[in-house]
This record gives sequence, structure tokens and C-alpha cells, in this order.
Amino acid sequence: MTSLDPSDLQAVWLTLKLAGVSTLLLLLIATPLAWWLANSGKWYKGMVAALVALPLVIPPTVLGFYLLLLMGPHGVVGELTTALDLGRLPFTFAGLVVGSVLFSLPFAVQPIQNAFEAMGRRPLEVAATLRAGAWDRFVSVALPLARPGFLTAIILAFAHTVGEFGVVLMLGGNIPGETRVLSVAIYNHVEAMEYGAAHWLAGGMVMFSFVVLLSLYLVGARFSKVVK
Amino acid sequence: MSEIKAHFTLQLEGFALDASFNAPAVGVTALFGPSGSGKTTLLRCVAGLERAAGSLHVNGETWQDAEQFVPTHRRPLGYVFQEASLFPHLSVRANLEYGLKRIAPFERRVPLEHVVEWLGLNHLIERGDPARLSGGERQRVAIGRALLTSPRILLMDEPLSALDTASKQEILPYLEHLHRELEIPVLYVSHALDEVARLADHLVLLDKGKVIASGALSETLARLDLPTAHFDDAGAVIEAAVAQHDETYHLTRLDFSGGSLWVGQVSQPLGALVRARVLARDVSIATQQPHGSSITNILDARIDEIRDEGPDKVIVRMTVGESHALLSRITRRSRDHLGLSAGMHVHAQVKSVALMA
Repeated sequence: MTSLDPSDLQAVWLTLKLAGVSTLLLLLIATPLAWWLANSGKWYKGMVAALVALPLVIPPTVLGFYLLLLMGPHGVVGELTTALDLGRLPFTFAGLVVGSVLFSLPFAVQPIQNAFEAMGRRPLEVAATLRAGAWDRFVSVALPLARPGFLTAIILAFAHTVGEFGVVLMLGGNIPGETRVLSVAIYNHVEAMEYGAAHWLAGGMVMFSFVVLLSLYLVGARFSKVVK
Repeated sequence: MSEIKAHFTLQLEGFALDASFNAPAVGVTALFGPSGSGKTTLLRCVAGLERAAGSLHVNGETWQDAEQFVPTHRRPLGYVFQEASLFPHLSVRANLEYGLKRIAPFERRVPLEHVVEWLGLNHLIERGDPARLSGGERQRVAIGRALLTSPRILLMDEPLSALDTASKQEILPYLEHLHRELEIPVLYVSHALDEVARLADHLVLLDKGKVIASGALSETLARLDLPTAHFDDAGAVIEAAVAQHDETYHLTRLDFSGGSLWVGQVSQPLGALVRARVLARDVSIATQQPHGSSITNILDARIDEIRDEGPDKVIVRMTVGESHALLSRITRRSRDHLGLSAGMHVHAQVKSVALMA
């Protein structure tokens, strides 16, 4: 049974870093987006909701393909990043982050949006009659009441990024220490018939996913008890 | 100019509000009407929770007109919702202090200890989590929470309607003392006539999004042209003073300018003002001074107006003393047999009196 080599550990570390950075960015993007989706009455709200949910149904390779075109030398985003002296995003860690954020967006937005919607308008109205301004209401009432939604969003977004393969492969390739994440490393091992190493990584991932989901359900169960 | 002047128009799906009313700067003004009459919407407009067209002036300040709309959190008001709506993520104490912390120290006119003592909140604070309070207790905390923002007007949206009878009885005494404890006006939304008769001083009557009448409570309740006079529990409200306690028969005499009423003994001291409600169905009419009747309370009255109520009943409005209105519901046959008509002097026999506060 072959054991793991340093490049595998590097892949694990890179995966965790990617998931961490993506989750953090996702929270920053998904929170206002979820708030808007939960509260807006605009006619184009349905369109935005559908766009956000799109990564749920399109194959990761398709998303990766279009991102590659967009961020490439002839893409709109690519020209912009070049003009801003940021270089090009494909085959870099930053490019992976962009892809992951888009790919996991629905997993972060939907739980938070559901939590905001479940809370209803009443607590915010109460806070307004108690002299709290809009930002104050959001921080002191909406965020704490939506906490279970945020927990779910964090766990799902993190886990989903860890398990991502298609977008990474299309967009980041297989550069050790830069874009070779866990799922790609497993693929490499299998290609090289190194089933032992593949087992270690794949089995570890199964365990990790199980623990993540278990904690999700435990947190959910505790919360539903509190609510009653 | 210290009073409330409101005018709102609002078009919602299947409902139009077009309501104007003035309310005095002191006492409790009830916004009364059947469900769907727009009373809650009207209250929400006053709070700025609903954005209607129109204008609103409270105690000389403009809260809304064509040019400006003061957002809810900048209006010095207290709002008590139908459900207590305590914040579930905060302790009872943090709920009470939520609004208190958000007003400037120099604006704090209502000390925490005072509210805690008045509403009996001490042992509720100790329980910590709002989820451990009963419905009535939660509503008491919600009232305290609103009062602690030192509001200049208190808005209450059917604060009793979500409670069971026992919790209602628990809250009512506190609401009855609102007049005395607070020097601010209260707008009180209700669809229960007994609640209004008990708590309000001023009445604004709503129907289908429009104000159909408004005025002092006792006068408005006695108007036969309004639906309130034709409710099953229609009646007159009389403010009277405790004048005598009869220890032998355990009775108390209440005096008012129209005469006296004997009621079951009350605990209030001599001179205390109490509010009595005399239901129309508990008043009968005699053209001659009755003799040998078990009814103690017989008042000299003059008939003002008689209106038919369905095929068999009429409702009679009388005046006792200078200006106190009294309603009586009798059969159409009795009216004809006795030959009752407006202007006649009669004897009103009061079978029962309900005391409130």
C-alpha cells in the first residue's frame, strides 16, 4: 500500500485554503444577495434567483468552459484583468477561487435566503418601533435570527468547494501547489494506477463529507428544538 | 397644538383606506371596527410601518406630509403588536433594554425600575429566556419594552386578542391604569366592544377603510345612527364616584350627575372614580314610578330617540340628569303599549351594572 507523498499533503492544504477563501467570499457576496432576494419585490427578482441557482443544474465542466473563455486573453474579464495589471486568472489560485465562488453560490445563498424569509418582517418592524435604524436592525435582529441559515450556508459552501472537480480541471488544470486540489490529485493517482494513495485521499474525503453532514443535521436538530 | 391629526389614503389589493381622524393628546383613543375595516392598517400608517399618502401631525410635530416621511425608527412612539413578538435570540432583560439603549440618556423619562415594578416583571427577568414565559407574561414584557423608549404616543394593536381569557384578565388591569400611569396619548386598536368600553376615552369608528364617526366614548356609544348601538352588548358608559359603602348588604353607592347606582361592594375608597357600563338589554322602562320591584336602581330619564331594531325590538336612547346617555332595548310591543315617544319622562330600571376599574 503506497502512502501519501508531500505533494498529496500540499493538495490537501490547497483544497482547504481554496474552500476557506471561497467560503469567506461567498458569505460576503451571498448575504446581501440573499437579503435582496428575500425582501425585494422587483420584477427581475425571479431572473436573478434563477441565475444564482444555475450552477445547481449545469455541469461543472460547462461552467468551467465558459469561465475559461471569459477570463482568457480574449474574454471580457480577461481583458479587464489584463488592463488592470492583474494578469490572467485561468491556471491560477485566484482563478480557482472565482470559479468556486460562482459554482457554490446557490449553496450559500439559498439557506441564508430561506432563513431571512422564515424570519418574516415582524421582528424588523418591532426593532424599527424600538428606534433601531436599518443597519442596526440588520445586525442586531436579522443576522442573529438567521444564524442557522448561515451555519448551513458555511458548511455546504465549504464542503461543496472541497469536492469540486470539473470547474477546477477546466479552469485551473493540474499545477502542483497552485491549482492541484484534492479531487485532481485523486484523479492523478487513479490515472497512475496508485490505488493505495487514491484510497487514502478518497476515503478521507468520504469521512470528511460524512462528518460535515452529520454536524449539519445535529445543528439543525438542536435549532429546531430551540425554536419550538 | 398637542393632539393627533391624521389623514391617510392607501390602495392595497382589494382594500382601500381613506381615513381621517383627530385624537386628543391625552387619554386612550380606540380605533374600533369589524375585522377588515382597516384599523390595524391605519395604526401601521401612524407608526410609519405602512407607507400611505397623506399627512400626520403628532403633538405639533409633522411625521408625514407631502414633503416628508419620518421613518419609523425616528418617531418617538411605542408600539405593542398583537403577538408579543419578543426577540427570541435575546433574554427578557435584553428585550426590555433593546429600545432603552437606543434612545439618548437625556430622553429617558421612564426608568427601568419603574416599569419593572409597575408591570411586575422582576421574576420574569429572572427566568431569562422569553420562550419560558406565558402568553400574558410575554405581552407584559412587550408593553414594558415599548414604554421604556419613553414614547410620546403609545400605539397598541389588539394587544389582548391573541391571549386566552385568563391572560386577558392578567393584562387588563395594567391597561386600565395606562391613563393614570402615562401622560401620553394611546391609540388602541380593537374589535371587542367590551374592551373599548372599559379602556377608551375617545372613539374612532371605522368601516370599510373609512372613519364613520369619532368623538368622546360615552357620547359616541349612545349614538343610535351608528352600528355600535345595535350590537348585542351595546350599552352606555357612566363615570361615577364611590359615595357610600353599605356594610350590611355589601353594596356600594355610586353617584354621578344623573343620580345614583347601587352596585355590589367594591374595594375602591370613597371618592374614587369608577367606570360603569350599563348594557341596553339590562335596562327596562316604566312610565310610572314602579312599586314593589326588586330592582334597586331606578333613574329618572327623558327619552331622546327611538329606533327600530329588527322586526320585534327597538332601541331607546334616554338622558338621565344633565347629559348622561342611557340605552334600553325593549320590544316593539312594549313601546306601543306604553306609548313611548321622544320627549317623554320615564323611569329607567337598571337590572345590572358592570363595573370596570
